[in-house]
Amino acid sequence: MKKVFGRPHSLKTSVFHYCPGCGHSIAHRITCEVIDELNIRGITIGVPPAGCAVLAYFYFDVDMIEAPHGRGPAMATGIKRVLPDRVVFSYQGDGDLTAIGIAESFHAANRGENITVIFINNAVYGMTGGQLAPTTMLGQKTTTSPLGRNASLDGYPVKLSELLVPLPGTTYIERCAVNSPANILKAKKAIKKAFQCQMEGNGFSLVEILSPCPTNWKMSAVDSCKWIDEVMTKVFPLGVIKDTPAAGKKTGKTEKEENAG
Amino acid sequence: MNKVLMQGNNVIAEAAIRAGCRFYAGYPITPQNELCEYMAEHIRKVEGGVFIQSESEIAAINMVAGASAAGVRAMTSSSSPGISLKQEGISSMAACELPGVIVNIMRGGPGLGNIRPSQGDYFQATRGGGHGDYRVIVLAPATCQELADLTMDAFDLADNYRTPAMILADGMMGQMMEPVVFKEPKRRQYPERYMLKGAGEGKSRFIKGLILDQSDMEEHNWKLDRKYQVIMKNETRFEVYRAEDAELMIVAYGTAARIAKGAVKRLGDSNLKVGLFRPITLWPYPSSELREFSRKIKNFIVFEMSTGQMLEDVRLALQGFADIDFYGRPGGVVPTPAELANVIIHRYKKSSKKKELC
Ligand code: SF4
Repeated sequence: MKKVFGRPHSLKTSVFHYCPGCGHSIAHRITCEVIDELNIRGITIGVPPAGCAVLAYFYFDVDMIEAPHGRGPAMATGIKRVLPDRVVFSYQGDGDLTAIGIAESFHAANRGENITVIFINNAVYGMTGGQLAPTTMLGQKTTTSPLGRNASLDGYPVKLSELLVPLPGTTYIERCAVNSPANILKAKKAIKKAFQCQMEGNGFSLVEILSPCPTNWKMSAVDSCKWIDEVMTKVFPLGVIKDTPAAGKKTGKTEKEENAG
Repeated sequence: MNKVLMQGNNVIAEAAIRAGCRFYAGYPITPQNELCEYMAEHIRKVEGGVFIQSESEIAAINMVAGASAAGVRAMTSSSSPGISLKQEGISSMAACELPGVIVNIMRGGPGLGNIRPSQGDYFQATRGGGHGDYRVIVLAPATCQELADLTMDAFDLADNYRTPAMILADGMMGQMMEPVVFKEPKRRQYPERYMLKGAGEGKSRFIKGLILDQSDMEEHNWKLDRKYQVIMKNETRFEVYRAEDAELMIVAYGTAARIAKGAVKRLGDSNLKVGLFRPITLWPYPSSELREFSRKIKNFIVFEMSTGQMLEDVRLALQGFADIDFYGRPGGVVPTPAELANVIIHRYKKSSKKKELC
């Protein structure tokens, strides 16, 4: 009998610690499926964040090194510059990437670092118990915006993916969601494309994934999926945001060769 | 090997490249800019050399951590306020047991302070500097020759103990020029198994400092501590000058030790018997070596370009077996040997008077 579905080889057998209905597990799985399909398990190095995915190395069966909160793109830069033929990705949440680590993400993108960022946007700080994140919706209640996010006091949801578009160093940016089978398939395709971009030396790629956090949204898993469609995507519309591989294309030369002109 | 006349900041950079440093990330800050600039010009000329002017000190140290994990010798440099920013990353490297060299060309502080030479970061450097239970190996050069030698040694020490090592100098050391001979660096011996290069066909690995289970975390802390105990036993370095028949001993490091040496030399022709003890490693501190001197010398003067930080280590070392006096010039003031010599004469007389009274 032909096997049509199984556990990806690059996903370890450990049981996910994520809450039921959490999008992290799905994002992990599809990333591992892509790693399998591209046959890059042995040359991939991942950088998990501080946040709910801090234990990602228990699930990804690839080499990994933890970064301090928000510093994933800097850490990934160091690794990739030393090992340019490896596939290097950082996996980060919205607090990690768009708050404390915005400088690192912005400048890695601007340098056109040939790395991939998987950006999980669930509109809250998950691990610390659901505080306001830069990506929190206006009016959304969190533990630190108990009356709902108030624009005049708390500012507006940060659209980091769009912010990176004008940077010539960025090559491929797409926003996806993991709230329905169709969206999950699209997200997987986007991750694959981002990794391929990197393998072709096209520069910085990022896949933003709108991801349910039922625990902190205080919703059922099903309602969380609906909330992504009905509320989040209104501010964070899904789709390809930038796809211009040529702009950030790397020359493939070493720094020594570049330096020699 | 040829003698070359070079500026301190450049010496560190050149010594690092010769020692096999292949990754440098840094951010401009005075008085260490020449180091960053030298790296920009020269590290890319060597095969595999990488230079990045980072967006911040925080990014620089994390890039260094990544490069170190990926298997190369890596370095970053800065000056006082920038080193404060790097502490998160240094703590993380210590936790993850990643080697790397950090250079602090100290300036006046606290806060933005000024860009004059100072020694106000002693506590920060020798007590770990960031959060958590860890130490950083701290080397304090006092000549350009030592900047070269100790930079090379810092890479070896960092590798041997898989821990960050720091060169702690000040704006004076960074800016001055002296003739230097670069020694032949040792061959790097750093096992592949500590490098993260992709799992290949084998088992995947991870490097982390997050240990949620408290008993595992406790064991990790003790494991690091056992390593620090070995470093304390094996790696202390110091220099003594005119200690043979000294009745009073100056304790100073780095630029302050140069000034002190000048003062001691000046007093050579007088009938005052003054010696100098210069710690070269600030952590581990040469405590027992210093304590040995308190058997026959009962008066010590600690001289620092700060309000008194190493003073605490001297007190801990001497354990009350001798009198300790302190002279400090913080805030970017660099006193002359003549000024210090006067201080020594004054205190010397005070202490001999005390002796007479007893
Ligand atoms: S808190 Fe939210 S993001 Fe974290 S594991 Fe639970 S559902 Fe997922």
